[in-house]
Amino acid sequence: MDENEVRLFFRNFKEVDLIQIRWHGRGGQGAVTAGRILATAGYLSGYIGATSAPFFGAERRGAPVIATTKLSSQPIRDLSQIISPNIVVVLDHTLFKSIDVTQGLSNGGWLIINTPDIINPSPKFNIVYVNATKIATDLGLVYAGVPLVNTPMLGTLLHVLPKIDLSSMHKALEYFFSPTALAKNFDAISQVFREARVIPLNNSVIKG
Amino acid sequence: MKTILEKGPKTETQKNPKSYPSGTHIITGNQATAIGAYLSGVQVVAAYPITPQSPVVEELARFIESGELNAEFVHVESEHSAMSVCIGASIVGARVFTATSANGLAYMCEQLHWASGSRLPIVMACVNRAMAAPWSVQNDQQDSMSQRDAGWIQLFCRNNQEILDTVIQAFKIAEKVYLPVMVCYDGYILSHTVMPVEVPNAKDVQDFIPPYVPHTPIDLKKPVNINPVTLPDPRQNADGIVCHGYLEHKYLHHTALRESFPVIEEIDNEFKERFGRSCGGLCSTYKFDDAKIVVVCAGSISLLSSIAIDMLREVGIPAGLLTLRTYRPFPNEKLLQLLHDKKLIVTIDKSLSYGYQGPICVDLKSALFESSSDTLLIGYIAGLGGRDVKPYEIAEAVYETWDKYNKGKIVKRDLTEAKWINCKY
Repeated sequence: MDENEVRLFFRNFKEVDLIQIRWHGRGGQGAVTAGRILATAGYLSGYIGATSAPFFGAERRGAPVIATTKLSSQPIRDLSQIISPNIVVVLDHTLFKSIDVTQGLSNGGWLIINTPDIINPSPKFNIVYVNATKIATDLGLVYAGVPLVNTPMLGTLLHVLPKIDLSSMHKALEYFFSPTALAKNFDAISQVFREARVIPLNNSVIKG
Repeated sequence: MKTILEKGPKTETQKNPKSYPSGTHIITGNQATAIGAYLSGVQVVAAYPITPQSPVVEELARFIESGELNAEFVHVESEHSAMSVCIGASIVGARVFTATSANGLAYMCEQLHWASGSRLPIVMACVNRAMAAPWSVQNDQQDSMSQRDAGWIQLFCRNNQEILDTVIQAFKIAEKVYLPVMVCYDGYILSHTVMPVEVPNAKDVQDFIPPYVPHTPIDLKKPVNINPVTLPDPRQNADGIVCHGYLEHKYLHHTALRESFPVIEEIDNEFKERFGRSCGGLCSTYKFDDAKIVVVCAGSISLLSSIAIDMLREVGIPAGLLTLRTYRPFPNEKLLQLLHDKKLIVTIDKSLSYGYQGPICVDLKSALFESSSDTLLIGYIAGLGGRDVKPYEIAEAVYETWDKYNKGKIVKRDLTEAKWINCKY
């Protein structure tokens, strides 16, 4: 290898089996908590490597925020920020207006959106969408007048990460919630899982 | 005073906190710290919140407020006061803990010297953060590195498991050598990132750390003045006992630090025997024995560097890694023994002795000065103020050094100037 080939090899070097998930939400929506619950559910489903981090900075209520989750069959060694995620989860569809949520998302990656509107197929990404805001509102998963969509959106990931199932998601929730809150959150996750529309790249709806 | 000493697990067996029964938990470095202090049976906590350390204080406050942890939480108005309270509580015989970051550590700087000079086994977590100005809450290691001469033991952690294990080991080390221990770990990168951590059984931890026997007990029937004005030369006190001069006092302090190497190693070995995990003692290595170019660093950047080593090996470069766990006292003999036959070393510092080079770089150079070898050492600076460091950047730095070396192109300037990773200027 000449010098340029070596540099290219370093830059493209990927650890085996590493799944990188980026969460987009607004300050107060619970993207960080959702990321942590996913890491816990992932670990309980056999991903030995499971980490989740907030974007390292100062967050404010309502401002766009980022959280990340990494899952792997090996312990996670790369604790640097995620540049090219495999999966992007958008908790608030209005974020599309202010930031490029698909930045770094590779062709063939998964774009998961909480939205009231039907989403058209994408030529570049697999898409999962669901109206988690409505589901949370209907189930009374509301705090201070705001529907909580962070945990419900975990239901969408069950379509994308088949190694994680509803029962390990339930076990993970036990670390985060009291029994009453757990039941509500689990119901919402289950309903989101059922109602989520999955549009894979071949444009055929396979679930929902 | 009496009430403080009645706190803690001396009279009853400490139970695991309700929310963290023994077993694996997916938790942040800050949670790991708080659980470590809890399981160690800490009796007094005095701390002032600062990003990114705050969740440590919040978690400990929650343990104490809920009655899960039988300890005294002393609210203070500053880090200077936090360390002052820790000093007072430790003198009367309590097991004490505090945590801080960056400007908070700088603010307690005076008290750091009081704690170490008084030979008090205080354990403190330093959640590494950049020093202002300009203002930053993000990670580098400038805060604890700037306090390397404060007479504390400094241990660096690579991941959240090592944080929990090191806090527990730190109490045992501190109380054996009568020196305060600073447990350093990277802010955000570890403090706010969750990962699997095995939480040990509280009873096992208590068996591991014997009760603290203070060397300066306060006896109301026999009042003494602790740390009075000490003259340069030894002199007799009122009872006719010859007391240390200031210089002898400091000689003994320094000697205690230099004699703590085997203690740090033994306690890590004991911990491994009991809990099955090692934090590396003084330092640890990766793909090291046949390595011809070695990366030396401390903290979580070690994990990234291990990926860089794998990349370099894939392209045929015999690279290896040495991670410093114990930075003070500086394990110069151990490092000399490990590195004496290595010709090429690359240090990665996340801090800088402004006006010269990185602290690890400079200290390692002085350690290797004893060897007559022709070792070349190139010091890189990376990740200041939270600048994201990628494994490929470390691999490229090592690759460039290796390439230059083999072409005979390393010049004096490469060895004496700090080199920067991902600096835009």
